[in-house]
Amino acid sequence: MTSRRPFAQLMTRLTPWFFLAPALLAFTWFKFIPMAKGLVMSFHKVGFGGSDTFVGWHNFERALTDAALRDAAGRTLLYVFFTVLLSASIALLLAQALQGTARHMRFIRTAMFLPAVTSAAVAAEIWRILYAPTPDGVVNSLLGLLGMGPQGFWADPSQALAALVGMHVWKHVPYDTVIFVAGLAGINSELYDAAAVDGANAWQRFTAVTLPGLAPAITVICTLGFIRGFRVFTEVYATTGGGPAGSTEVVMTQIYKQGFQELDYGFAAAASTLLFLFTAALTAVYLAWRRKR
Amino acid sequence: MTRHPASLIPRVLLYGLLLIVFAGPFWAFLMTAFSGVTIAPGRLLWWPEQPTLENFRYAWVEAKAWRYLLNSTIVVLVGTVLQLSVSAFAAYALARKRFRGLALVSFLILSTMMLPDEVIAIPLFIVLGKLPLLGVSLHDTHLGMILPVVGWGFSIFMLSEFMRAIPADLEEAARVDGASDWQIFWHVILPLCRPALGSAAVFGFIMIWDQYLLPLLVTNDESLYTLPVALATVRADETMKPAVFIAISVIAMLPSILVYLGLQRSFNRGLLAGAVKG
Repeated sequence: MTSRRPFAQLMTRLTPWFFLAPALLAFTWFKFIPMAKGLVMSFHKVGFGGSDTFVGWHNFERALTDAALRDAAGRTLLYVFFTVLLSASIALLLAQALQGTARHMRFIRTAMFLPAVTSAAVAAEIWRILYAPTPDGVVNSLLGLLGMGPQGFWADPSQALAALVGMHVWKHVPYDTVIFVAGLAGINSELYDAAAVDGANAWQRFTAVTLPGLAPAITVICTLGFIRGFRVFTEVYATTGGGPAGSTEVVMTQIYKQGFQELDYGFAAAASTLLFLFTAALTAVYLAWRRKR
Repeated sequence: MTRHPASLIPRVLLYGLLLIVFAGPFWAFLMTAFSGVTIAPGRLLWWPEQPTLENFRYAWVEAKAWRYLLNSTIVVLVGTVLQLSVSAFAAYALARKRFRGLALVSFLILSTMMLPDEVIAIPLFIVLGKLPLLGVSLHDTHLGMILPVVGWGFSIFMLSEFMRAIPADLEEAARVDGASDWQIFWHVILPLCRPALGSAAVFGFIMIWDQYLLPLLVTNDESLYTLPVALATVRADETMKPAVFIAISVIAMLPSILVYLGLQRSFNRGLLAGAVKG
């Protein structure tokens, strides 16, 4: 009996690890090893057949001074800024009109949510048709009703990025709206009554009660949207592919091309590492800020 | 809240506008896919003209949509089941066990959630070409599209959050009756987690169905493409009627929409848990 005790104890101690093993194995293989490998690659000139040469900070120097990558970073920043800002503002307004648990309200919210569960690749095909640059294209017909001439959208370098933002906002507004509707439901309705008693008008109630009540939701949506937005890839790759004339090239499409078309793995890995550090820094700031709250 | 008749009209107009903007394109895609008339590229129909199944037949047989759908289905079904099992195991350890290294493991899993998949695309491509330790290549296999999505921090944390709320008494009672950890996990914890498992499954399904970069990395072989990736290839065939391509897009969008509509309650629960907890 005495010899069984240490064994039983060992088993008890190992139990959590048995349950964790599959997940840890999956993460190690497909997240941590690739991550470490990427880090190593960024310091090497990667050749084929195991002929890597160590080049120190060379790839990072190239990535940081690369004009195309810098332009792409600026474009990504613009893209993310406008996508997050527009989606959150539109959703904030819509959420006011879509509160409640009435049956028709739930129907509208459900129907409205479809873009959010549609894959980026399918959304890309939907918008390729809506954005047809011909005068009888769907969006162009609507613009025609407003007296505007046909636009080129993704065919026009001066509009392509804005058109991409439009598609992304369409896909994100429903998600943000649902979060805000839930946030609104959590606001104590007595606050509205109190404000009404004090003679506050609709706008004052919005700024004095609704906005502060939704502040946590707004922060989460904006920060996470901002952090996640920097890695935008599918939305661009499946639509414009970075064109026309490079006008929609973002960081990830640029990295993808450097890696898989130019086969410059070292450069692509260094740029990825920079993107990761940037995202991680933003995340750390966000988490630190949240902990302080 | 009092309802004034005057405010009803702008309300109805707003609802109509929202439905047209957000759901309209899906409706028009569906209607156009069932239409037999020749439509110009870039046009959609609100109502089927000359209703027919020909577009779907052509998409299914000639454009080989069946094969892409089969690939997607294999990947998404096997992927969701594996992801859900692995997540439930891990969540059990995180939620119901105290052990040395708990904080470190939690941190590691959290860090994978912060790591954008796109950032490791190129090294992942290399790792998939020669799996460490095993040395096998997962390029050009369904498994290569499945295994990388099996570990998902979001799913683990959602489940462990839920499991943590289960009263300890239930577990203690089972332990006094001589139940093993495995029996407790299987007979006590899992049945109580059904709602959370539902949410995790819906999210997992949609997440895996949406994968784009991963299948692109794993294979160049068109016959292995999943539906989202195949769309671009199919579109490149200029001899195909626009309505056929629209029919393929409908096939590609329907599964996640149906899963969402069918399991909406689970979906919304997970959505809010994920958003609030960040």
